[in-house]
Amino acid sequence: MEFLLYFGDVFSPFNFMLLLIGTIGGLILGATPGLSPTMAVALLIPFTFKLDATQGLILLGAAYTSTVAGGAVSAILLKIPGAPANIATTLDGHTMAKNGQGARALQLSFISSAIGGVFGVMLLIFLTPVLAQWALAFGPSHLFWLAILGVTVIGSLDSSSVVKGLLSGCIGLWLATIGFDDVMGAQRFIFHSSVSGGINIIPALIGLFAIPQVITMFARGRQQHGAEVIKVEKSPIMESIREVFRRTRALGIGTMTGSFIGLIPGVGGQIAGLVAYDQARKTSREQKKFGTGHSEGVIAAESANNAMVGPSLVPLLTLSIPGSPTAAVLLGGLLIHGIFPGSDLFENYPDVAWTFINSMLIGQILMCIFGLYVAGLAARVAQVPNAVMAAVVLALAVFGSYSVQNSMGDVYIMAALGTGMYFLERFGFSAAPLVLGLILGPIAEANFVQGAMIANATSSMAGYFFTGALNLTLITIVLASIAYSVWMELRQRRYLSKEDTLEREEQPS
Amino acid sequence: MKKLIAAASIALMGLAGAAPAQDNYPERPVMMMVSYGAGGATDFQARIVTMTAGNEDALGMPIAIVNKPGAGGRVGWNWLATQVDADGYTLGAYNVPHFIAQSIEGGVEYSTDSFEPIANWGADPAVFVVGADSQFNSMEDVVNYAKENPGGLTFSGAGLYVGHHIAALQLEKAAGVKLAYIPNNAGGAGAMKAVIAGDVLGGVNNLSDAFRAEKAGNVKILGVFDNERSDFLPDVPTMKEQGYDIDNASVNFRGVMVPKGTPQPIIDKLAEIVPTMFENDRVKGKMEAGGSPMHVMTRDEVIEMWAAREETLKELLSGL
Repeated sequence: MEFLLYFGDVFSPFNFMLLLIGTIGGLILGATPGLSPTMAVALLIPFTFKLDATQGLILLGAAYTSTVAGGAVSAILLKIPGAPANIATTLDGHTMAKNGQGARALQLSFISSAIGGVFGVMLLIFLTPVLAQWALAFGPSHLFWLAILGVTVIGSLDSSSVVKGLLSGCIGLWLATIGFDDVMGAQRFIFHSSVSGGINIIPALIGLFAIPQVITMFARGRQQHGAEVIKVEKSPIMESIREVFRRTRALGIGTMTGSFIGLIPGVGGQIAGLVAYDQARKTSREQKKFGTGHSEGVIAAESANNAMVGPSLVPLLTLSIPGSPTAAVLLGGLLIHGIFPGSDLFENYPDVAWTFINSMLIGQILMCIFGLYVAGLAARVAQVPNAVMAAVVLALAVFGSYSVQNSMGDVYIMAALGTGMYFLERFGFSAAPLVLGLILGPIAEANFVQGAMIANATSSMAGYFFTGALNLTLITIVLASIAYSVWMELRQRRYLSKEDTLEREEQPS
Repeated sequence: MKKLIAAASIALMGLAGAAPAQDNYPERPVMMMVSYGAGGATDFQARIVTMTAGNEDALGMPIAIVNKPGAGGRVGWNWLATQVDADGYTLGAYNVPHFIAQSIEGGVEYSTDSFEPIANWGADPAVFVVGADSQFNSMEDVVNYAKENPGGLTFSGAGLYVGHHIAALQLEKAAGVKLAYIPNNAGGAGAMKAVIAGDVLGGVNNLSDAFRAEKAGNVKILGVFDNERSDFLPDVPTMKEQGYDIDNASVNFRGVMVPKGTPQPIIDKLAEIVPTMFENDRVKGKMEAGGSPMHVMTRDEVIEMWAAREETLKELLSGL
C-alpha cells in the first residue's frame, strides 16, 4: 500500500501538467503510423535531461501508457497498426469503422485499454517479486515452445481456411529469414542492400496492412463515381461502457493473457494481442462474428496490449534487465539521472519508483478520458472520400516507414510487401498470419539455436527440449491448439455447403 | 521529432547546393549514425557525449543521432562506408573491436581503411559474470570446471565477432580449455538475463551492465578482461592477476569517425573540437551517473589503437 503515499506527488501542478503533456502527446504520437511506443519514448528522452528524475519518469511513463493505446486509433481508422501490439485490433476494429461504427470501436478500445492497463499496473504494484520469477522462468527451450504455440495460432487467425492461413504464415517465416541471422551472423537471401538488415517489422506491418487497402480504394474510386457515403453512427459513451462489461469473457481473457504473456522478456509484447484475440475467439459463443466487426475482438486485443504495459517493466525494475525495446529506452532515462534499477530500487528511490508507477496508473485513466473525448470526432475519418483517404494513407505509410530508421530501403520494403499482399488478398490470404510468422520466425529460430548449443554442451537435445514441467505444459498446449484447429476445420467442411464456401471466398477481405 | 526535423533540414540544405565552404564548417546540423538501436548502451552514450555540440565553444551546431541498427552493427557501418557523402555532415559512431572483427570475418563492405577516426569517448571492458548463487567464486573455479567438463561450461555473450566473443576466445586460448560460448540474439541484456536466470553457467558482459547487476544483487563478477582494474570495481582482479595472459583486446571502445574521403581540413577541425566536447563537465557528470566508463583518446591515439587491434584480432580469429 506504500504506493498510496506517493500519489500526492503526481498531483502537484507541474507534475500533473507533465502527465497531461505525456498522455496527450503520447496519444498523438501513438496514433501516427510508424511511431511505435519505443520510438515515441526515445524521442522524449532529450526533454527529460532538463527535468529531475521523478518529473522525467512521469513524462515517460505517461507517454508509454498512452502510445500503446494511441496505436489503436490508426489501427481502427486507417488499418495501419502502429506496432505489433495493435495487429489484432485491426481485425475487428477496422471492420467496425467501415460499417460506420468507428466511434464505438474507439470507445471500446479505450475503455478496455484502461481496464487492462490498470490491472497490469496493479500487478506491477502488488506482485512484482512473483512476476520476476515468472519472467526468469522462460529459458531458450521454453521460448522456443512458446513461439511454436504462436505458430499454431497462425492457422486459425483471420483466414478463410486453415491451409491458406498456414501458407501465409510460411511466407512470413521465410521473410523473417532474410538478412544476417541473429545468432551466427550468416547472410541469407540478401539480394538488395535494402534488405541487408532483414525486414524491419514496422515497415512490414504498414505495408502489409495499409497498401492493399490503398490499392483497393484507388481501384474502387474509379468504378463508382458517386462513392457511397458511410453514415457514422453516434455512440453514447455509457452504451460502450456497458458493452465492455457485458463482454467479461473477452475482457478477462485479454487482460490475463496480456499480463502474463506480456511479461516474458522479448516475446510477450509482440504476440500478447494476437494470442488474446485468438483465445477470445476460440472460447466465444459468437465465434462466427469475429472478423466482421465484433466488439469482443476489439475488447480482447486492446485490453491485452495495455495490460502488458505494467508487467513488461517488471524485469527492468527488479532485475535491471530491459525485457523489451521500450524498457531499454526507459532504462536509459533512469540511468541518465544516476538511478540504477534493481531489487533495491524501491528502497533507495521510493519517491521516484512509486511516482513513476502512479503516473502510469493515472495516465491510464487520463488516456481513457481523452480517448473517449476524441473518439466521436476521429470516427468521421471514415466519411472522407476514398480517393482522398487513399492518398492520405499512402503518404502516412511512406512517412511512417521512412521515419523508423531514416531509410528509403524501408519504404521500398513497405511498398513491395504491400503490393504483394494485395495480390495475395485477392486469393483469400490475409496479412495477420503472415505478420505473425514474420515476428515468430526469429524468436523460434534464435531460441532453438541457443537451446541446441546449450543442450549439446550439457545434456542431450531431447532432455533439454522435452523435459521439465514448463516444457511439457507448453508442448501440451501446442498439441491441444493444433487438435482444436484440425477439429474446427473438419467440422466446418462437413457443415458448409459448396455454395457457402464459394460465397465466403468471394468476399473481399 | 527533433531528429526528423534535423534530418529534413539536412536534406533540404543538401538540395540547396553544396558550396565548398570548408572554412566555416559546420554551417548546418550534423548527423551521427549509431549502428545500434535506440536505448542500447552505444546509443545512450552517443546521445550524452554529443549533447553539447551546439555550444559556441564546441561545433556551434547540434549533432542529431540517427539509428541504423541491424546484424550486430553491420547494416549501419555498411551504410556509412558506401552510401553517405563524405562532406563532414555525416559522422558515425564506431565500436571496436566489433567492426574490425566483422571486417576480418568478411561479408561486409568496410574495413579500417573505409573510415577516418576522430576521437574516442568510452572504453567498456568485458567482465566474467556468474549468477549470485553460483558455485564459482573465482576464475580458477571456472577453469577447473571447464577442465573437468571439456566443452561443457556454457556461458553467454552478446553475439559473434563482438567484444564478448573476443574475450571468450582469449579465455579459451589463455586457459587452454574448451568452452561453450552461447551467443545471444538479444544482445548484452539478453546475455545477462541468461546468466541471472541460470540458463547458462556464466557469461561475458559489459562492465557497466555487470556493475549494475552486481549492485542489484543478481550476479558475481569474477574477473575483468583489461590491463588494469576498473575504477568502478576496484576489488575485482584482472584476468592477468589471476594467471591468464589476456590483454585489453576485447575492451569495447566507442568513438566518433567519418567516412574516408572527408576533406582533411574538416577532419582536422573535428579532431580538435570533438575531444573537448567529451571533456565537458556536464557530459562527464551524466556519463558517470549512468555508470559508463569514459576514456577520451585523440585522433592519433585512435589510429594507433585501431592498427594494434586489427593485428591482434587477425591472429585471434585466424584459428576459427
